[in-house]
Amino acid sequence: MMQELFAPGTLVFSATLLAAVSGVPLVCTRRLNASQGQIFSIFLMLIASCVGVAGAILVLLSGHTFLYELIWQSPFGPCQIGIDPLSAWFLLPVFLIPGCAALYARTYWHADQHPATVRTMTFFFGVMTASMSGVVLARDGISFLFAWEIMALAAYFLISTEDEKPDVAEAGTLYMISTHTGTLGLFALFPLLNLLSGSWLFPAPTSLDATSGMSAVVFVTALFAFGLKAGIMPLHIWLPSAHANAPSHISAVMSGVILKVGVYGLLRTLSFFHTVPLWWGCCVLILGVVSGVAGVAFALGQNDLKRLLAYHSIENIGIIFMGLGVALIGQTTGSTVMMLLGMSGALLHVLNHAAFKALLFMGAGSVIHAVGTREIDLMGGAARRIPYTALLFGVGSVAICGLPPLNGFVSELLIYLGFFQGIQREGGAAVASALAAPALALIGGLAVACFVKVYGIVFLGVPRAETDVECHEAGWQMLLPMLLLGVLCLGIGLVPALVVDPLQRTSLTILPILARTTGLPLQELVPLTMITVSGVVLLVLIAALAVWYRRRLAGMPCSETVTWGCAYQRPAPRMQYSASSFADMLVSMFAFVLKPQSHRKGVISDLSPDCARFSRHVPEVVLEMLYIPALMHLYRRLSGIRRLQSGVLQQYVLYSLVTLIVLLVASYL
Amino acid sequence: MLNSIIHIFLALVMPPLLLGIIGKTKAAFAGRVGAPFLQPYYDLFRLLQKGSVFSTTTSWVFRAGPIVALATTAIAALLVPFGAHTPPISFDGDMILYAYLFALGRFFTMAAALDTGSSFEGMGSAREATFSCLAEPTLFFALITLSRLSGSFSLSSMLINISFGVWLSNGAALILLVGGMFIVLLAENCRIPFDDPNTHLELTMIHEVMVLDHSGPAFALIQYAAALKLFVLGAFFVHLALPYATGNAALDWALFIISMLELAVVIGVVESAMARLRMVRIPQLLVAATILAAFSTLLVIR
Repeated sequence: MMQELFAPGTLVFSATLLAAVSGVPLVCTRRLNASQGQIFSIFLMLIASCVGVAGAILVLLSGHTFLYELIWQSPFGPCQIGIDPLSAWFLLPVFLIPGCAALYARTYWHADQHPATVRTMTFFFGVMTASMSGVVLARDGISFLFAWEIMALAAYFLISTEDEKPDVAEAGTLYMISTHTGTLGLFALFPLLNLLSGSWLFPAPTSLDATSGMSAVVFVTALFAFGLKAGIMPLHIWLPSAHANAPSHISAVMSGVILKVGVYGLLRTLSFFHTVPLWWGCCVLILGVVSGVAGVAFALGQNDLKRLLAYHSIENIGIIFMGLGVALIGQTTGSTVMMLLGMSGALLHVLNHAAFKALLFMGAGSVIHAVGTREIDLMGGAARRIPYTALLFGVGSVAICGLPPLNGFVSELLIYLGFFQGIQREGGAAVASALAAPALALIGGLAVACFVKVYGIVFLGVPRAETDVECHEAGWQMLLPMLLLGVLCLGIGLVPALVVDPLQRTSLTILPILARTTGLPLQELVPLTMITVSGVVLLVLIAALAVWYRRRLAGMPCSETVTWGCAYQRPAPRMQYSASSFADMLVSMFAFVLKPQSHRKGVISDLSPDCARFSRHVPEVVLEMLYIPALMHLYRRLSGIRRLQSGVLQQYVLYSLVTLIVLLVASYL
Repeated sequence: MLNSIIHIFLALVMPPLLLGIIGKTKAAFAGRVGAPFLQPYYDLFRLLQKGSVFSTTTSWVFRAGPIVALATTAIAALLVPFGAHTPPISFDGDMILYAYLFALGRFFTMAAALDTGSSFEGMGSAREATFSCLAEPTLFFALITLSRLSGSFSLSSMLINISFGVWLSNGAALILLVGGMFIVLLAENCRIPFDDPNTHLELTMIHEVMVLDHSGPAFALIQYAAALKLFVLGAFFVHLALPYATGNAALDWALFIISMLELAVVIGVVESAMARLRMVRIPQLLVAATILAAFSTLLVIR
């Protein structure tokens, strides 16, 4: 009995159910007031989070697969759910991040300050968490689609929490259109898989031959549908505005987890195939490189803190795709080492990105809460007013740049090692790896530039604009989740040996071929001990130098004065370098993709010029210069068909009836 | 063990000497006597004895900048083989750590510069960010070429593998690589034609302008870290350009020291013979270096 109660399956299912109902206390308004209800639902979500993470860890440690079949059947056949290490690996962020976000919301979105929105938000937050878990657990096309659609809709309601603002409403609509385009892709994907395997249940791993034409269609459809959800370039158009306009803890979950559910879908689909052709791997790798470089280049041009972070999600999804590409190329060339390194790198980056991006979005939320604006160029000097947030945001910034001794470095190291293994081989694998590794280095360099910009302009220097909002440090409910994620970043970065076994098991689930060949295990491919040693030595050296410097300063005369400005004694806050000026050189260098738009008002001509203004912003180029013109063209050409869309419900019911009759007749012909 | 001790000793003691030699070479070209070879050591000791002045706008990040810069460079120094001897730390994948350690140091140096709130320093860190982004792919193309040539995944075996035999069989690739890496060496260490460490105008500086507000012991740390970075990148470069190895440990250490001194003279000659590039030309030259390194990669993987 006890064993059954604590079986991983039971834990995960009860966590999913708890998360689904976690918003209910706020809906029962008679017994509890909103504030008490919020506490109760946060409590439920925290339990769900702990239980779910525990269940996932148990599965990862045991490496077993649990399959359950529901007794009642859907019209399409049996309904199966299951947990294997792949699901469990994605369940970690699915339960961890919403738990952190729920606690964060207690201060960030307090029921007393947002009485109008807190109920719907908390309700849909729980539903979204449960449905994400559902997507990861589903083992047949139909239940997958159900969970997927609930997740997409719940996310829509969360994005448009403040839909009285025009920006938010627009972002919500754009998200809705994009996500349903992706769902259309899934409607095509599952019937195609059904044609290949003959069942709505997911095929067994590596049971389908990837060389057939139908498999190619399945691959392209999956890449489109899941790539849209993951936010890969050029399908990312919904992502920046949605992440920027949602409340920060929702952005944290969307960026940290929902994008990863897209990655999960692609991984699951790829796991069905064997003998993968080279072009699959190259396709994924090229998409990864494009998303990585373009994502970080667009991020450099942004002046809105959350929009900037959203573009960095695109960059990181690009890095994940690069790892995936290495694994697929390894599968083609028969290199088990490349497969293992690429796949584990991609998987580890999934978890790492969830941790540091959620941390950064929560940090951004605290800053925005404290200074009352999202414009980076109006901030400054926040480190003195909100020191703890500044420290934790700094940890996130170093981690996202992939710098040692934090977790981003470990996953990028795995992917790099995959590339370097590829270089030793012949033909396409060597060329692809040799070109992709410097691209990853370029991404790293640009990310450092971008996060120095963010950290330097937002937290350092002096405030650039006086705001009316009283600047204050976030409460413990906001700091604690950030601290937890920061510790996770440091933990994985310093002791990667902790995650290696689960990573290896998860990779084996996707690529069972690895278990059959006697290749080296991951422990021997990756310098785990040396990562730990060098990280610790680095931290110890920094600490020792800091102590020495402190002692040195104590015995010396120290004074304070204004910053050196060529002897100018009255520097003003607005004379500081701004985010736009910091990024200017790099933005000009990438102007051929970024298409920055400048606006000038007034000219500076005489010795005593009049007031002049200059502003520049980087638009969402793919959306504004590619999709919208193309769609407008289509709209004009096809306006005749629009007569079918009357907007009258009865007419749509009639359409359904006519379709059914046509299909019925067609089936007898 | 003895080799490791010599390695650490050289990394601790020798870097400022390179600066002294560069200065002396430049003086010789200009017809001056120049400062003594040991002048950089005197400067460091004098700075360590001085008090500090801090800007009122700065926070802990400003104080952490020099410390992290020195710590990261010091660990990178433990990864690069000096001459034909294996370094104290060597493992598969250490080349990535080597590249990313410099990035970590740069992150904090640039953040410390922005902490002062000065436009000059902001400008310097924007330039550093831009140029280092362009130098990064060159280094990785070089690492790929070396990894392919040696079939190994650690910096020490990649670099020690280069010998005159490899030069004979892959001369074209290595010449391209030497060209590309020399440009990166000069750019990363802020030497002419990219940056002039002795310039007096804030508007034209790159590295020096980022550290305008540092003083006293912190400035000593920065100067020493810069010298160490030149030494570490120089040791990397010397492996490519002057791959002497005799097999005798003592002789190899002597050869390494002589090669480093030669390198310092060469840098001094380049600095004397060339003018500084205009700021807009710098990215073009860095991209040219990337293209050279990319060509060398294509030559070895074809």
